[in-house]
Amino acid sequence: MLNRLTIAELTRLLARGEVSAREATLACLEQVQRLDPQVHAFLSLDPAEALAQADQADAARRAGATQLERPLLGVPIALKDIIAVQNQPLTCGSKILTGFVSPYDAAVTERLRAAGAVLFGRLNLDEFAMGSSTENSAFGPTRNPWDLSRVPGGSSGGAAAAVAADECLGALGSDTGGSVREPAALCGVVGLKPTYGRVSRYGLVAYASSLDQVGPLAKSVGDAATLLQVISGHDRRDSTSVPEAVPDYALALDGGLAGLRLGLPREYMIGGLDPEVSEALQRAIRQLAGLGAQVLEISLPHTDYAVATYYIIATAEASANLARFDGVRYGLRLGGADPTEMYCRTRGAGFGPEVKRRIILGTYVLSSGYYDAYYLRAQKVRTLIRQDFLKAFEQVDAIVTPATPTPAFKLGEKSADPLQMYLYDIFTLSCNLAGICGISVVCGFAAKFGGPAGGASSPLGLPIGLQLLGPPFGEPTLLRIAHAYEQATPWHNYKPPLAPLGESAG
Amino acid sequence: MAAVELDIQYVAHLARLALTPAEAEQLGSQLVSILTYMQKLNEVDVRGVEPTAHATPVTNVMRPDETRPSLAHEAALRNAPAQAGGLFIVPKIVE
Repeated sequence: MLNRLTIAELTRLLARGEVSAREATLACLEQVQRLDPQVHAFLSLDPAEALAQADQADAARRAGATQLERPLLGVPIALKDIIAVQNQPLTCGSKILTGFVSPYDAAVTERLRAAGAVLFGRLNLDEFAMGSSTENSAFGPTRNPWDLSRVPGGSSGGAAAAVAADECLGALGSDTGGSVREPAALCGVVGLKPTYGRVSRYGLVAYASSLDQVGPLAKSVGDAATLLQVISGHDRRDSTSVPEAVPDYALALDGGLAGLRLGLPREYMIGGLDPEVSEALQRAIRQLAGLGAQVLEISLPHTDYAVATYYIIATAEASANLARFDGVRYGLRLGGADPTEMYCRTRGAGFGPEVKRRIILGTYVLSSGYYDAYYLRAQKVRTLIRQDFLKAFEQVDAIVTPATPTPAFKLGEKSADPLQMYLYDIFTLSCNLAGICGISVVCGFAAKFGGPAGGASSPLGLPIGLQLLGPPFGEPTLLRIAHAYEQATPWHNYKPPLAPLGESAG
Repeated sequence: MAAVELDIQYVAHLARLALTPAEAEQLGSQLVSILTYMQKLNEVDVRGVEPTAHATPVTNVMRPDETRPSLAHEAALRNAPAQAGGLFIVPKIVE
């Protein structure tokens, strides 16, 4: 049952020598074997390599290494399959990278290794992180551990589902428009998007370079702080990473809420917000106020333009970034009489429908005659969206919002209408456009989506996510609020009802 | 709102993407509705507003012009679809 622990709980047991990294890794591997045929969070797994890393961690500890120097020594962590791990597959959920083996480690991978983590498995995602449900993976969707007929969110759906299903102790995803926070919300775990520039993007396969950040998914706010501590910091291989000192995030946790001002944006209380989500948010706000925070109504006037702005900028950047997949140096190649025919055939066969949709959209908004009307205008509206937030942060320390308009939806429910899928990201996109930080934590369950005990869905219903947004480099404030909220509420203690087929939950 | 003009096969060719006629038809109608939605941005008064290309506080990052170790030759070629003599092989470019 070591796989069910938080990172904090496991590291205490490891430090006292009561359990080994091998035992913890085996527990995760067994859980994957039991549950992943249903959940499908993992795209690939290398058990022998994981156990070799675990044995190294155990040997290092016997040789005197401590948790102080290596905070994740022996802790099994899984990575979204868009973050490079040397000598492991890197598919990005795409057929175009079938068979690709990464020649190097991403910066975050190096940092996790240096901290002693046991890195195992490649987690499922929407192809090239483009999607909000993980249904766009070329290798089949991941299912929500709380209800197998529903999506886990996306694009880091494999990461959120794996953490929720106790298949790993924590995970790293990437967040371009909500891809860490949204699946965390739908799966009832903690997801944090750091400020743009806080974490190096070196070795993160690029989707939209001005928006992408790597972020942790975890079972507790404290664990998210631990992972953030390890992956943060300047890296000269990513010139957008910021040479700013990394604070001690663990110290931030226990600050309490007295004197903090929280803003509630009136533009986020839209029609289409599920009544149970709205109710959970109101309850969370009362609890935060009860803990000593002052809650004020604020305005983010350009909220309604975030979806259009994001999908112009993100797809424009994607169309440029994904030009590298041309069949020349790596990945799939379909033959052609000349290079142009080879590019067109390779890309036509290798990319899935959503990636094609976004590449064409991005190409269109950058093309001659349309650049000013779409791309340049979107960049200007981005300025206004960023200014909305910076102005709001003159009044408040953090902003409180729902993470998603509704709890997890059914597989296939939004597939036929891409615009409906895009609109689902309304609460998470602005954070990336503004370059600020955000965290999602579970704040209740929508009971109307519950099922009978012992079924494939949970009697509790579906998790609801609370999002907190902070100013640039405001991660300590977010962690402090989220931790105080977590300590005061029971939601994070609940586990999905998943049991191996034919066994009862327990 | 102006009608969206979109020649899907032309844009697909700019993006070096081969589309089947069925794909072109489906993507075309989806993209028209997405682009129509995006015209929402025409409501915003952007006069005098500077564009934002990225939200990071750093600009013009310089580094010393020094050689550093990079990916080994064989590691760079490891995933090549076709290679020979330490080079990537591609279709003939010049007649």
